[in-house]
Amino acid sequence: MPETKTTKTYTRKDFTSDQAVRWCPGCGDYAILAQSQKVFPDLGVDKENIVFISGIGCSSRFPYYMDTYGFHTIHGRAPAIASGVKLANPDLSVWVVTGDGDGLSIGGNHTIHLLRRNLDINVMLFNNRIYGLTKGQYSPTSEVGKVTKSTPMGSLDRPFNPLTLALGAGATFVSRTIDKETKHLQEMIKRSHVHKGTSFMEIYQNCNIFNDGAFASLTDRETKLETVLWLENNSPMVFGAEKNKGIRLEGNTPKVIEIGDKWSIDDVLVHDESDYVIASLLSNMTYNPDFPDPVGVLYAVEDVTYEDMMMDQLNEAVKKKDKSSIQDIINSGDTWVVK
Amino acid sequence: MSKTTKQVDEVVIRFAGDSGDGMQLTGGRFTETTAIVGNDLSTLPDFPAEIRAPAGSLAGVSAFQIKFSSRDIHTPGDAPDILVAMNPAALKAHQKEILPGGTIICNANAFTPKNLKLAGYETNPLEDNTLDDHYTLYSVEMSKMVALASEDLDLSPKLVDRTKNFFALGLLFWIYDRPTQPTKDWLALKFAKRPEIVEANVRAMDAGYNYGETTEIFTTRYTVDKASLPPGTYRNVVGNYALSMGLAAAAEKSKLNLFYGGYPITPASDILHTLSAWKHLGIKTFQAEDEIAGITAVLGAAFTGSLGVTATSGPGIALKGEAMGLAVIAELPIVVVNVQRGGPSTGLPTKTEQADLLQAMYGRNGEAPMPVIASSTPGDCFYAAYEACRIAIKYMTPVMLLTDGYLANGSEPWQVPILKNLPPIDVKFADKSSMVDGQFMPYMRDKKTLARPWAIPGVKGLEHRIGGIEKEDVTGNISYDPDNHHHMVETRAKKVESIASEFDKSEIFGNKSGDLLILSWGGTRGACRSAVEALQAKKNKVSHLHIRWINPLPKDLGEILIKFKNVLMPEINYGQLSRIIRSEYLVDIKGLNLVRGKPISSADIQEAANLLIG
Repeated sequence: MPETKTTKTYTRKDFTSDQAVRWCPGCGDYAILAQSQKVFPDLGVDKENIVFISGIGCSSRFPYYMDTYGFHTIHGRAPAIASGVKLANPDLSVWVVTGDGDGLSIGGNHTIHLLRRNLDINVMLFNNRIYGLTKGQYSPTSEVGKVTKSTPMGSLDRPFNPLTLALGAGATFVSRTIDKETKHLQEMIKRSHVHKGTSFMEIYQNCNIFNDGAFASLTDRETKLETVLWLENNSPMVFGAEKNKGIRLEGNTPKVIEIGDKWSIDDVLVHDESDYVIASLLSNMTYNPDFPDPVGVLYAVEDVTYEDMMMDQLNEAVKKKDKSSIQDIINSGDTWVVK
Repeated sequence: MSKTTKQVDEVVIRFAGDSGDGMQLTGGRFTETTAIVGNDLSTLPDFPAEIRAPAGSLAGVSAFQIKFSSRDIHTPGDAPDILVAMNPAALKAHQKEILPGGTIICNANAFTPKNLKLAGYETNPLEDNTLDDHYTLYSVEMSKMVALASEDLDLSPKLVDRTKNFFALGLLFWIYDRPTQPTKDWLALKFAKRPEIVEANVRAMDAGYNYGETTEIFTTRYTVDKASLPPGTYRNVVGNYALSMGLAAAAEKSKLNLFYGGYPITPASDILHTLSAWKHLGIKTFQAEDEIAGITAVLGAAFTGSLGVTATSGPGIALKGEAMGLAVIAELPIVVVNVQRGGPSTGLPTKTEQADLLQAMYGRNGEAPMPVIASSTPGDCFYAAYEACRIAIKYMTPVMLLTDGYLANGSEPWQVPILKNLPPIDVKFADKSSMVDGQFMPYMRDKKTLARPWAIPGVKGLEHRIGGIEKEDVTGNISYDPDNHHHMVETRAKKVESIASEFDKSEIFGNKSGDLLILSWGGTRGACRSAVEALQAKKNKVSHLHIRWINPLPKDLGEILIKFKNVLMPEINYGQLSRIIRSEYLVDIKGLNLVRGKPISSADIQEAANLLIG
């Protein structure tokens, strides 16, 4: 979150660039863009201080459509480029838009290192569990056995769980939202913005061309109440159409319980965003058919940012030495004069 | 017995020993002292890739060569006059390069049966008279003498033995009439917290000096007069350090923040280390997770208005290729330094080579021209780095700066530059003047330089998007239009070509026509100049031309080449710049291509030249 606060009143139009949007009709990216253009005017940041950095992939076209500063770069490298932007000018509000291939496969290394350094950068990872731009190969988040053009007999590799990966890499803010949940999406963008440190936001996003319905059970009216666990800080983890299901810890193992005869609401685990163990348990419910998918802020803790520490070191060094020209260094060492 | 003093013009000394024997440090101290005395000098460190190969093995031999002279010299010398060999492996590895009549000084105590076996000697060369016919051999019990010198100090025998390099240093100081005080001061500062270590090393150095003075073994000492260098203040400088200063100078002159991103790699890491120590100048350094993150973070910083620099060696350049392409199409100013080493792949990590020139020119996908400049001496690394930054900013383009392991670690006396005398670097960030009908035009170019405006985040009204997809000129909008793409390819090429119009006329050393022109680029400059001086002294019609900018080449090169009957181009590669020049000017230039991980010698060049004009 940048220090400088805006006094201006923006509208959605101020954040809409003049470029024609070129995603496939029906793509989940439209919803994410629309919610971003809706919520960014309310963040309280002058738009000239906002920078969107992306890599390659369908999601990475995003910066072209936001009327802020933007840089559409090369495959996987957005977190590193964004790091350079933030370190060059820590007052900017820097956003990385990436996807499951861009951010977790070709650019996985940069993602984990950004998270461990904890620069104040906001990562929006559009996860559609497929390669869209290259026309439909499986991705590092595709489920095992995924049949695609490159895996006619089914994919063999186990998927990454982006939230577990982020937690393992030392992220200080880990959240998940869904393209179709517009209000929640806006809320998560705001939370990312407010968090000082790297914010990791996974957005379940439907690719209606190559992986349509990947998250249907989480978005369909008939099923979503049973399949999504909406996280609220300090609230018990209940879900289900009747709000009668909950998560209970048995020893170190989470279990789904039914609230009623045997269990009461007091037996349900209460979410605590600052508890790393709870965040880990939640993140690992993904891909597990016995559990609902957790959505919301899994983890949020304050820690010092890389850029603040870097600036502290620079300021300390400046204070210690009064000589501040390279000429002093050039002139130093053993010198002699030729007449 | 009285000692005689002999005056000589130039001397080449090579210190060789085990990796743990401190040869680089010994060479460094001898160099600093020689600089203070006022000789011209040139050095060549040569160390193994292994941090600590097994003690006493041939793989673990580390060496440092220095040439110093009362005249202006250009190279660290071909064959040494004196070899200091601290163990049998060092003798074995370097003996064949000493000219007959040369001198060998050995630490006799290291010639144990075990070490002899490790080096592959069946008999002890210090005792079997095999060396006596060709060399003057001094077998000195250095380890024993330093043990005696420090026997009353409370130090372990192992620590005391490690001072034997200072014995050798002291002895060499005596032979070449150099003061020991600067090294004593240096020791006192370096080991301020360990006075006993200072004492042991000082005693070892004094013991070596006095050994020369008092024993009857050494009968002659040598003096080398001061070199007549242009007036000014001088210091000794190592290439990577000079390069770092050049970058910092460019940042200060342009009033830009210097952002350096990089990943450790031999032999470029010292640039990262040096700049990291200069935080008080406001320099930001970022040790990235890999080579790609190093350059892409730099690109992000350049997009944000910093002077972005990354340095690496060949394997790192291979990894940075795609990001350089992005810098070309995004037209952002960054400097990419390649401290070349032996390749391909890991190759010879600690040895020098010039084999990345074609990679620098063409190692990117698509038509992605980058200006390429090469520094020619350790001290020139300062000016080449400064110039690379100036051109990058002026033309809004990534620039490749080529140096090599020899330049990076080598040193020479260097006239201290004065910042205010360097050419100005003017930065004008974009403002509303780059707007048309209230819309910012990120690719509206300067008519003369073809540079696009540098608009940085934080400036109201200039919000814009750039990226790696081809864009329409002027507006910067994504464009797949065939004619626009051709126009942009042409424009990016023209922009780089136009840099040549600000070059000075090429300076030919010697006549403007003749039997032979020797062409050089990068670190072979010194050896070529020495060879041409020697050939000219024998009345040969030979001239020398050094090429500083590889891309674009100087405009007058073509007309210079055709004035000579022969053109010879020595390169430490299999023929790279010679290939480009042949294709560019259709001149049948001959290559001298010796790819041995070490500098081409002046003798090699003279031999090749004589074959052509003989």
